[in-house]
Order: sequence, then C-alpha cells, then structure tokens
Amino acid sequence: MENNSPTAASGKIPFWRDVRVLGGLFQVVFLLGVILLLAILYTNMLSGLDSLGLALNFNFLQDEAGFDISEGISYDPSDTYLKAFWVGVLNTLKVSIIGIVCATLIGLLFGIARLSSNWLIRTIAAAYVECFRNIPLLLQIIFWYTAVVAQLPNVRESLSLFGGVFINNRGVYLPSPEPTSSLTIWLWFLGAGLLLAVFLYIMRWRQLQQLDRPGFRAKWALPAFLIVALCGWFLTPGRPFTLDLPALQGFNYQGGMRFTPEFFALLVGLSIYTSAFIAEIVRSGIQSVVKGQREAARAVGLKEGQTLRLVVLPQAIPIIVPPLTSQYLNLAKNSSLAVAIAFPDLVSVGNTMLTQTGQAIPVIAMIMVSYLIMSLTTSAAMNWYNRWITRIGR
Amino acid sequence: MEEQELTQEIKPPVSTKGPGRWLKDNLFNTWYNTLLTCLALVFLFFAFKGFLTWAFTEAEWGVIPANFRLFMVGSYPQEQIWRVWTVIYILSVLMGLSAGLWGGLVLRFAVVLSGVWFISALLPFGFELSTRGWCLGAIAMIAVSFFLGRDRTGLRSWILGGWILSFPVIMGVLRGFGENGVLTSRWGGLLLTLILAISGIVVSFPLGVFLALCRQSRLPVIRWVSTTYIEMVRGVPLITILFMGNVLIPIFMPGFDINQVLRMILCLIFFSAAYMAENVRGGLQGVPRGQHEAAQAVGLNYVQTTLFIVLPQALRSVIPAIVGQFIALFKDTSLVSVIGLIDLLGVARSILANQDWLGLQAEVYLFVAFIYFVFCYAMSYASQDIETDLGVGKH
Repeated sequence: MENNSPTAASGKIPFWRDVRVLGGLFQVVFLLGVILLLAILYTNMLSGLDSLGLALNFNFLQDEAGFDISEGISYDPSDTYLKAFWVGVLNTLKVSIIGIVCATLIGLLFGIARLSSNWLIRTIAAAYVECFRNIPLLLQIIFWYTAVVAQLPNVRESLSLFGGVFINNRGVYLPSPEPTSSLTIWLWFLGAGLLLAVFLYIMRWRQLQQLDRPGFRAKWALPAFLIVALCGWFLTPGRPFTLDLPALQGFNYQGGMRFTPEFFALLVGLSIYTSAFIAEIVRSGIQSVVKGQREAARAVGLKEGQTLRLVVLPQAIPIIVPPLTSQYLNLAKNSSLAVAIAFPDLVSVGNTMLTQTGQAIPVIAMIMVSYLIMSLTTSAAMNWYNRWITRIGR
Repeated sequence: MEEQELTQEIKPPVSTKGPGRWLKDNLFNTWYNTLLTCLALVFLFFAFKGFLTWAFTEAEWGVIPANFRLFMVGSYPQEQIWRVWTVIYILSVLMGLSAGLWGGLVLRFAVVLSGVWFISALLPFGFELSTRGWCLGAIAMIAVSFFLGRDRTGLRSWILGGWILSFPVIMGVLRGFGENGVLTSRWGGLLLTLILAISGIVVSFPLGVFLALCRQSRLPVIRWVSTTYIEMVRGVPLITILFMGNVLIPIFMPGFDINQVLRMILCLIFFSAAYMAENVRGGLQGVPRGQHEAAQAVGLNYVQTTLFIVLPQALRSVIPAIVGQFIALFKDTSLVSVIGLIDLLGVARSILANQDWLGLQAEVYLFVAFIYFVFCYAMSYASQDIETDLGVGKH
C-alpha cells in the first residue's frame, strides 16, 4: 500500500511536517475561532437585548402596523407589520424592474452613441457618461426630488403632453389601458396568432437549415403574428382596451396611472445613474470584438446588419452579460436609497418598523434576507442566460 | 538584409487634412450624420442657453461663499482649525517631495493643487486674510519640498514609508487628545467625506486582498467562510449595512463605546473589502498556473510566492477595477448622511433646511456635485495614467 506513495522512499514524514495534516489542523482551529467569535457576539446580543427589554422573535409581525404607506398595493394602517413589509417589498420590485428596463434602453442608446462616427454625438455621449457616473447616486436622487420634481408647477398649472400626460408637483399622470369585456375575444386571436407564428418560425428555420445559410428566422413569423393581432383588434366588437385618461377633478387629477413624485425621482435617478454604467459596458463589449472579425464578415459578403447580428453581437453579448447582471443587481440594491426621499420601499418601511417596535435584529435580518433572495435569484437567472447565450454563440 | 527591411513597419503618411475636411469627415459624412449633427447642435444651443441664463441671472450663488466653511469642515471648531491646516501641510510636503522624486502624474496633481490654492488666496470674496495666508503657505510648502526632493532617488522608499505613516499621524492631529482635542462628532463637510473615504480605502484594500487569497485557498473551510462573507455582503445594499452598524454594533458589543463616525468607517471598510476581494480575485485567476509552479520550483514558500510572484501580477492587471472600487467607495460615503452624519452631502442638506437658504436646492446640490465630480474624475484620470505607466495589456 505504501509502496505507491512518494513518501515511501524517504521514510514516513512526521505528522507535524505533513502539509495535509497541518492544513486540516489549521482549518479546525480557524473554524473554532469563527464559531467562538459568533458565540461571543451571540451572547453579547442576548445580554444587550436583555438590557433593552426586548425578546428575539418575530411575533411583533402580527401586530397592527399603525402607519400609513403612500403607495403600492392596497394597504391600511390597521393591517399587520408583515403586510406593511410586503408592500415595501413589492414597491422595491416595482421600481427595480421599471428602472432596469429604462436604464437598459438609455444605456444602450448612449453606448451605441459613444461608438458613432459623428464626433459631436460621440462627445455628448462621453460627457453624459462621465458626468452621471462620477456623482453619487444619493445626491442625484435628492437633486431630482428636491430641485426638479418639487419645483414643478402645481396642479392647476400642470404641464401637459399630448393631452393625456400631466406633470405637476404631485406626480406624473399617465393614461392607463382599462380592459373591457371584449378582451377575451382578442386574447383568442392572439393565441391563434402565436400558434401560427410558432409554426412559421419552425418552417423558416427548417428552410434555412436546408439552404445552409444564415438568415432572419422570424422573417415570416413576426409579420404573421402582427397581422393576426391587428385583424383581431379591428374585428373584435368594441375595443379590447379603453384608455383611462387622467382628468382634473376638484383639487387633483383622477383616473389613469399616477407616479408619485418620490417614485418618479427615484426612477429617474436610478435609471440615469445606471445607464451611464451600462453605456460603458455596451461600448467596451462591442469594441472588444476585434476589427478583423468585421472585416472578415464583410469580405465573405455579409451585409451591415448581418455582420452585426451574426458576427459582432454573438461575440459581444457573452462579454456584456456578466457586468450587465451586476449593474442590474446594483440598481436593485441602490433602490434602497429611497429611504432618503421617503419612498416606501422595503428599507424605508423596515426602518419605520424598526423605530416603532425597536426590534432591530429581526427587521434588519428580514431586509437583508429579502435582498439576498433577490440577488441570488437574479444572478442565477442571468448565469443561466449567460450559459445559453454562450452556447448558441459559439 | 533585404528581407529584414521588408518587415520593417512603414508609418502611414502624416495627415494633411484641414479643419474643413475634418468637419466633413467627422460631422457631415453621411446624410443621417448631418441630420444628427444639426439636431445635437440645436439641443446643445437650447440646453446651454437655458443653463447659462439660469446660472447668471436667476441663481443665487451667495449661499456657497456664505457657507464655505461648513462645506469644507462642517462644525470643526474655529480655534482648532490649525489642525486641519497642519494636516494639509503634512500632505503638501509629502506631495511636493513625491512630485520632485517621481514627476509625471504626481507633479501634474501638485501643479493643479497649487493652482487651486493660488486661486483661493486671490478670490475677491469669501475668505478671511488668515485663510489666504494659509493657502499661500501651502503653495510654498509644495514648492520648497518639490525642489528639496528633486532627483534624490535615494529618498523614494523613505517617502513611501512617509505616506503610509502619514495616515495615523493625520488622524491623530485631527482628533488631538482627550477633551482638548476635537471630538469626532464635530468632524464634518468635505473633511469628513475625505476621512471616511481614505480610511475606507486604506484599510479595505489589504483586507480585500486577504479575503481574495482566502477565497482562492486550497483549504475548503477557509474558502467557504470567505466566500460566504463576500457573497453575503455583496448581496445587500450598503444602506442596510450602515443601519446595521448604527443600531446593532452597540447591541453586539456592549461595553465598547464606539462613536458613530468610527462605526460608519468600520461599515464602509467591511462593505468595500468584499467588493475589493472580488476585483482582486479576477486578477488572481488571471495569473497563469505556470507562475505558481515556477515559484515553487525555485523553492519559494506560499507567502513568498504570493507576495513576490502572484500579487504583483494580479494587482497590476486589475488596477482599473480597483480604482473603480475606490471611486465607488468615495461616492458611497455620501450614504452616511442618511444615518445622520454631517458629511459633504449632509452639510448641503442641513444648509437647505435653514430658513435663510430655502429654495436654493439647485445651487447647493450642483456645487456639491461638482466637488464629488472633481475627486472622482481625478481618480479615474490617475487610474488611466498608472495603467499606461505600468504597461497593462502590453506584457
């Protein structure tokens, strides 16, 4: 048994010089040290809580919250703390998701603008990026909230766009689509269109495979779907949606969708700040594709659009996605700055709960676990997407 | 011989285009670029016109000079202000010496800094005579030490040591001793922002490197503990960590009277270290396996391999990411104003809460934003310069 071991020739190594034994020993000591530290903190915490007269449990979540929350799903001050926290979680999700969409669009626009052959456009985009990523986000959010949104005209003198969008210092009012009874009929049309589209997509895919040349796979499916959807829209008796326009009634606008000033300022701040980073990611991702690849693509006769879609993007996207993911996560985490302008996100609501009940440890633990769940889910989803895109790209 | 000459690079001919040609190539080369240029010009015209009209006719900039002291040092007591100037002088001497020894980037920064002092000394409003004197003194310090340090390459390691030693000295000078000193609760404004950022950067960097090495360790327990820490910290927003530090440190460590500034510094360090660790890990993974093996083959042990072979290569390749993290930390210090510290942003908010200065949000916040911008931009400029100096990507 020992003949195969390299130590056999020079005799047995004493255990105090065996790297594996030392490593194992060191780990045990280290682990004991960590456990000891945690134990000390735990006992400290218990005695600290004792002197404050608090018990460590989550029972307070069933108590009546008693504070109002200015936006989110329907909630009443007589609801429980748990419900209040849930409202905060949903508000965080809402601002994060809308923010991610806006930041991506703006970032994409400026990232491409930075690569423009037009010097002026390139310079404006560079100035935008440098300006917004070098100023703290908190300052930007407070600036948008106090220096821009709060200075908007009052309700009577609202700015109005296209007769349906109203902007004043109480918020932004947008028309909202209201589903009518004929929506179900239209949904049937959409379903049929989707089936047709899938069928055409597969047909086209097969055809392209037989021809053995690249092409736009949704070339038939997309127009077919759009035609069916449009026909359905006009053939349905009555329209599937009506637009609910906000209208001035008494002292405020009623109807439509309303973004509160807090939500609007937070959304603008988050979107613009993150878009500056996304623009840089997009730019460096596209630039990282070596010039020879483009030239080669042109040489084999691909058109400009095909070069971008078949050569540049498949190589740029795997480079862009990982940093993009971390920007999305940053945006979600940064939405916690809402606490500075009193937008009721989960940190803001949690903070109110903390001051009212004094239950610092459970509340902070709940906030942190919520963010950890969000972070881990997002990065898992993005990793999956990244693997998928890498596989089809290569 | 012929063949060698053939492989020589021939430089492209020097461009002889005039400005007209440049305009045509860069602004009006296609019809849609012409359209974009025109639209951008119209947009720029109205944006600049609007901003300049506001800035020169409507804006009340008086709020800035009237509160300049607050912006810079918060409520640091006037009779102790010599402490701040002593610190500035210590740094000026170090900077002047470094500028003389290394030239290049440090010299450029020293020149810009002297320029700022010079302008502050000559500004027609705002400062008292003594302040102007202090400013001119700072220029003298930089200039004298520049000529002292010039080309004395032997001093280099001493100056590096001086920079490292200056950190505790500065903290000591600013705080003073006991009741005669300045309590940290009186630190504020830009001074506090810089203290938070510099302490965070100075401590979180080695801690981050250490965490990254732990995460790359062969010993699983160390790897797990480090990974758990890094991922937990990176998964939650800084503001929750600051809340936690503010509320929970007193509960977890009763008996230790840690003041609020120190608590916030600790939070910033622990937060930033996790991000730093991830950046450094990227560099560590980029060091080829052969480098470890070669180091082992010549008989270096783990510590030597790490210090002399792995880290120099790893850190050099991640300089941009590390400076990016420094910039992020600098911006993140503004979050302490939510907890109630009076840093640069906190000062701005407290001034705006004052009856005399109501409604001047735009002026005050633009001024503060400008200060943040200058520091962040200087850091990213330095990063690009160091990158070129070290030849990242060339080796």
